[in-house]
Amino acid sequence: MLSETEIHAIDHEVSLVPYKKAAVIEALKIVQQERGWVSDESVEAIADYLEISAAEVDSVATFYNLIFRRPVGRHVILLCDSISCYVMGYQTLYEALQQQLNVKFGETTADKNFTLLPNACLGCCDHAPALMIGEDLYRDVKVEELEGILKKYV
Amino acid sequence: MERPLTKNINQAQPLNLKEYEAVGGYAAVRKVIQGMTPQEVQKVVQDSTLKGRGGAGFNTGMKWSFVPMGPDARHPKYLIANADEMEPGTFKDRLLLEGNPHQLIEGMILSAYAIQADISYIFLRWAYRKAAQLLRKCFAEAYEAGYLGKNILGSGWSLEMYLHTGVGRYICGEETALLNALEGKRATPRAKPPFPQVSGLFGKPTIVNNVETFCCIPHILNNGVEWFKGLSKSEDGGTKIYGVSGKVKRPGAWELPMGVTMRELLEEHAGGMLDGYQFRGALPGGASTDFLTADHLDVKMDFKSVAAAGSRLGTGTMVVLDDATCPVGFVHNLQHFFAQESCGWCTPCREGLPWVEKILLRMEQGRGKTGDIELLEMHSKMLGPGNTFCALAPGAVEPLQSALKYFREDFERHIIEGKCPYHSATEAPKRFSKSMVV
Ligand SMILES: Cc1cc2nc3c(=O)[nH]c(=O)nc-3n(C[C@H](O)[C@H](O)[C@H](O)COP(=O)(O)O)c2cc1C
Ligand code: SF4
Repeated sequence: MLSETEIHAIDHEVSLVPYKKAAVIEALKIVQQERGWVSDESVEAIADYLEISAAEVDSVATFYNLIFRRPVGRHVILLCDSISCYVMGYQTLYEALQQQLNVKFGETTADKNFTLLPNACLGCCDHAPALMIGEDLYRDVKVEELEGILKKYV
Repeated sequence: MERPLTKNINQAQPLNLKEYEAVGGYAAVRKVIQGMTPQEVQKVVQDSTLKGRGGAGFNTGMKWSFVPMGPDARHPKYLIANADEMEPGTFKDRLLLEGNPHQLIEGMILSAYAIQADISYIFLRWAYRKAAQLLRKCFAEAYEAGYLGKNILGSGWSLEMYLHTGVGRYICGEETALLNALEGKRATPRAKPPFPQVSGLFGKPTIVNNVETFCCIPHILNNGVEWFKGLSKSEDGGTKIYGVSGKVKRPGAWELPMGVTMRELLEEHAGGMLDGYQFRGALPGGASTDFLTADHLDVKMDFKSVAAAGSRLGTGTMVVLDDATCPVGFVHNLQHFFAQESCGWCTPCREGLPWVEKILLRMEQGRGKTGDIELLEMHSKMLGPGNTFCALAPGAVEPLQSALKYFREDFERHIIEGKCPYHSATEAPKRFSKSMVV
């Protein structure tokens, strides 16, 4: 079931496009914003609401990297693993994150606070290595700083 | 030296509408809407020799000229700014988006006028949160001032502008895949023809240009064709936002005359290599361009010169390979990216790139086999231009084929020595499990 807030937001997106189906990505974003991820039930609810098949909604949902089809932690850490961050040593950050959080890429911490994901180039290659936590961007990150950064989200 | 695109950039606090107007902002909109026909605008932009800054380098005015005009043209027509910027090593559009969003909006209004578009979008990658916030604020100001919306400056022409934030996939930057993403579909590229200019978003005439391309437009229309050409040291008009990243003293992005040399960029602007590191090569324009080496440092960074040297200007943002970084590991990192970001539509790319990635990984891990180099060369050909549905796979091949040419010894050593000469076996990159996709 979609909430009233979700329906309201989806209706607005539908009003901007020529037909309902074109709002499916926006609908997925809206649901994820509200619930943190997109469950099977949400996929069906969106499909019903936009009058398309659940399979079609899911084919879109699974295509995009930042639509989560599994539950994630309260904060998603996106660690850039692209070329400039590779040259500047993101691997060291990854190792430190694995130790401090006891998770690998794709996993969520036991306390459900963090999900750690690799991310393609964050577009701040002149300040590599870089990562995002939620909507916050961290650049020129040094291993020693990680603990302090993570503390802000506990 | 003039720096029209970045002179009013303020990263801490970008200009609001009033401040932007005070430095001449939106003057071009007034001038053009009140005194020029759309065709005249197209002509000026075409004569200015502005080439698209998104990577392919096509003449912008020429691109616009394929949009059907006149009373019989189908509406709504669309104009889209490609702000997906996911090409690894590229961070120039971020500078323009965060530093002076009104400049982009003004450039888009002018370009929309030139093709008589009714609706415009900025397709922004999710990660650019600050840009999203700023753009929303600037949209509101521009609507309030009457530069956007109905009957702009009393001209009878109307334009709506929306922000679409993506949900992450490199392929969304390919212009026809971008259209599918905006239509709420999987972002697989479309067959061309029909070209977007004729049948684009929702089947209507559509123009997609890069952020930096649009940011040039107000300046061209304010100052004229000769001025714009005069900014450049090459036959491609204008300035260019160049960038350098990697182990250099001052990584960054700078607006410079189109056609500065690689050496100037590297040595003067980026301050040379960090102490203790030597330059081995660079991708001149992002991840999908061929390596150039120390022999090419005097090559001018314009479309033609970089092509003549065997690479592409691409996005103009250079990624430097130093002597302590393994070229095989470097290329493996790139191929991991391309394999992951392949949209999966066509077989050579979907199947070939993961294969390439696997070969490179086994080399890095000391399990390379005789024949692997030849296998990589074969893939370079099979994934090259003409064999795939879009330019992603041919782009992926560029750094690979050139690495095999310039750093062949390094590839050979991996196989002969049975290990990566740059790091111990335990340090070699691990293959990330598929579970990283949530
Ligand atoms: C895989 C792929 C990714 C691309 N990503 C971008 C991008 O992020 N931004 C961009 O402006 N152009 C990108 N392009 C180029 C666009 O397809 C298109 O050529 C460009 O937006 C046109 O703008 P321009 O003429 O102003 O350069 C990409 C192309 C390919 C094949
Ligand atoms: S080349 Fe790759 S990204 Fe392009 S259409 Fe084919 S599978 Fe998709």
